[in-house]
Amino acid sequence: MQPILEIKNLQAGVEGRHILKGISLTIQPGEIHAVMGPNGSGKSTLAAVLAGREGYDIVSGEVRYLGQDLLELDPEERARAGLFLAFQYPVEIPGVNSTYFLKAALNEIRKHRGLPEMDAIEFLGFVKDKIKLLELNEDLLKRPVNVGFSGGEKKRNEIFQMAVLEPRLAVLDETDSGLDIDALRVVSNGVNKLRSPQNAALVITHYQRLLNYIVPDFVHVLMDGRIVRSGGKELALELEERGYDWIAREQRLAA
Amino acid sequence: MSTAISTIEEFVRSDYKYGFVSNIDTETLPPGLNEDIIRAISAKKNEPEFMLNWRLRAYRHWLTMTEPRWPKVTYPPVDYQSIIYYAAPKKKPQLGSLDEVDPELRRTFEKLGISLDEQKRLAGVAVDAVVDSVSVATTFQKDLEKHGIIFCSFSEAVQKHPDLVEKYLGSVVPHTDNFFAALNSAVFSDGSFCYVPKGVRCPMELSTYFRINAAATGQFERTLIIADEGSYVSYLEGCTAPMRDENQLHAAVVELVALDNAEIKYSTVQNWYPGDKEGRGGIYNFVTKRGIARGRRSKISWTQVETGSAITWKYPSCILMGEESVGEFYSVALTNNYQQADTGTKMVHIGRNTRSTIVSKGISAGHGQNSYRGLVQIRPSAAGARNFSQCDSLLIGDKCGAHTFPYIEVKNDTAQLEHEATTSKIGEDQIFYCNQRGISKQDAVNMIVNGFCKEVFRELPMEFAVEAQKLLGVSLEGSVG
Repeated sequence: MQPILEIKNLQAGVEGRHILKGISLTIQPGEIHAVMGPNGSGKSTLAAVLAGREGYDIVSGEVRYLGQDLLELDPEERARAGLFLAFQYPVEIPGVNSTYFLKAALNEIRKHRGLPEMDAIEFLGFVKDKIKLLELNEDLLKRPVNVGFSGGEKKRNEIFQMAVLEPRLAVLDETDSGLDIDALRVVSNGVNKLRSPQNAALVITHYQRLLNYIVPDFVHVLMDGRIVRSGGKELALELEERGYDWIAREQRLAA
Repeated sequence: MSTAISTIEEFVRSDYKYGFVSNIDTETLPPGLNEDIIRAISAKKNEPEFMLNWRLRAYRHWLTMTEPRWPKVTYPPVDYQSIIYYAAPKKKPQLGSLDEVDPELRRTFEKLGISLDEQKRLAGVAVDAVVDSVSVATTFQKDLEKHGIIFCSFSEAVQKHPDLVEKYLGSVVPHTDNFFAALNSAVFSDGSFCYVPKGVRCPMELSTYFRINAAATGQFERTLIIADEGSYVSYLEGCTAPMRDENQLHAAVVELVALDNAEIKYSTVQNWYPGDKEGRGGIYNFVTKRGIARGRRSKISWTQVETGSAITWKYPSCILMGEESVGEFYSVALTNNYQQADTGTKMVHIGRNTRSTIVSKGISAGHGQNSYRGLVQIRPSAAGARNFSQCDSLLIGDKCGAHTFPYIEVKNDTAQLEHEATTSKIGEDQIFYCNQRGISKQDAVNMIVNGFCKEVFRELPMEFAVEAQKLLGVSLEGSVG
């Protein structure tokens, strides 16, 4: 089976700082991988590099997405090919209506997939259930993108967009940060509903808490730009109990 | 983030679609300005005595005036003696017969997306086509006549309706008003004229399309619209010019008169050649537009989308004289590359319970400089007057500028005024967010810019709102990589 994502010895940095120091990771269809790590370990850099944010320098390594060279593609091409990033800090776009925005995004992706574009009426029918799934107020669709949304609404809106755009690979960048327990449940529920044997997700988080709801197949611990340990979901629980220091100490001993 | 800024810089690359020159046989007067030239223009147009006298008075007054230096724009001095003040396509069709329009002219307008063929024309829009100094065709005149509406070139109006012209010409913008208005009064050679009689609601959009074609000429047109009691008219003007390295002067005057319960809606989509990426060439657009809401409960509404010209200097204004009269100004002004705009409005409240609304949206990209300059004046007689002003600026990139100069003079303490202003920037993070959802940089910028301008586009007649959106897209093309 062709992997969805294959990262080989990826080294990358920003503004002259070397942040990712050799990451290798393979994600197969149907899998959920969690990347955990302390602040400053390079988690968000990994998400940014995968999505193609400008200003990041690739030092070496390779990333293949569905068999093609991901790093060659522009950010919008990656998105159209089904790579979705749920932002840690969703961006406000004043003046741009949420429905209009999301319909434009969906139609770009549909065009890429060779599907006909959806008109406004079809689109509204299509999104109705997905709004309910995320327990969002329909009024949000009439407002400008993320403008005046609460922190929780912004995060739920990210997952709502993901539900509409149906990505092959979803990268969730600290989607749990700033969420209360109810919102966390709703967001996780949304992500779980979207699980399928064809799709995959990379869940980036600082805390184990999220993984009680979105149960990963694999957990990777990122420290100082390297994956220092990988394991099953139990690894997350162990981290919760013992903290990151424990692995850091083992690392030093090994060195 | 330097890479981020450079992508926005790359966005500032656009191609002007209307920069072609048509090969039209043109008759011109020699360059330069003096009383002989003015007499020659007046003679060519076979004008009655009062017109020539009015022109000469304007010229003599102009000689005593100096060019305004207060706008926030810079340009080298204009040599008024090197400009050609009259240029006209030679094969002048007989008025009223569209079949006789020079095929080359017809093709020129087809290329501009304006059909002079009544069958092909957007249903419900009558067009007066002005090239260089003269009007070459006016469509749907006969249909309009049935309603008693006069819609024709200014020259034709001078011949056929001299009484109306004499009564209203200069009644809103006197020939002494300002430097460019005085110049226009002396040398203007054509433009559009419209009179809507009492109680008539004009059944179609009226529009004038201005085209500069000849080199080294100036365009000085004059538009006069009179809406008699209880009438309504919606009028739209558009304009384009060829790409040339030297600057060309366009100094127009528009006068609107609304009597009791009449309403005039005047929309502009201004797309004169803006100059190239280094700021070479382009039109100097120095225009005086003013409407008088003379009658009780009359209304004047200006909507403008200004994307062209190297320099724009214009302040479509409303004199709110009639009791409970209403003035509106909705504006989008975009400056890209090295364009400069100093634009805004004046709302002069004279009558009781007069109301005005100002919504101004300035967009600056590249090295563009965009200034809003507006006056809200409440005279002592204007008890109960109200004004709402909103001025928003949007910056794209970090080399452009946005400036706001609001002037407020209140002489009656029962007046209520509100003023809101914002400045925002299209951020890299916004563009990346759109990209990550599959939307290209160009589309992202267009989406954000259109969202920003929404309140103004809403005011345009529908067919033109779509045009205006596309035009903004084209004008910003390439302004992010």
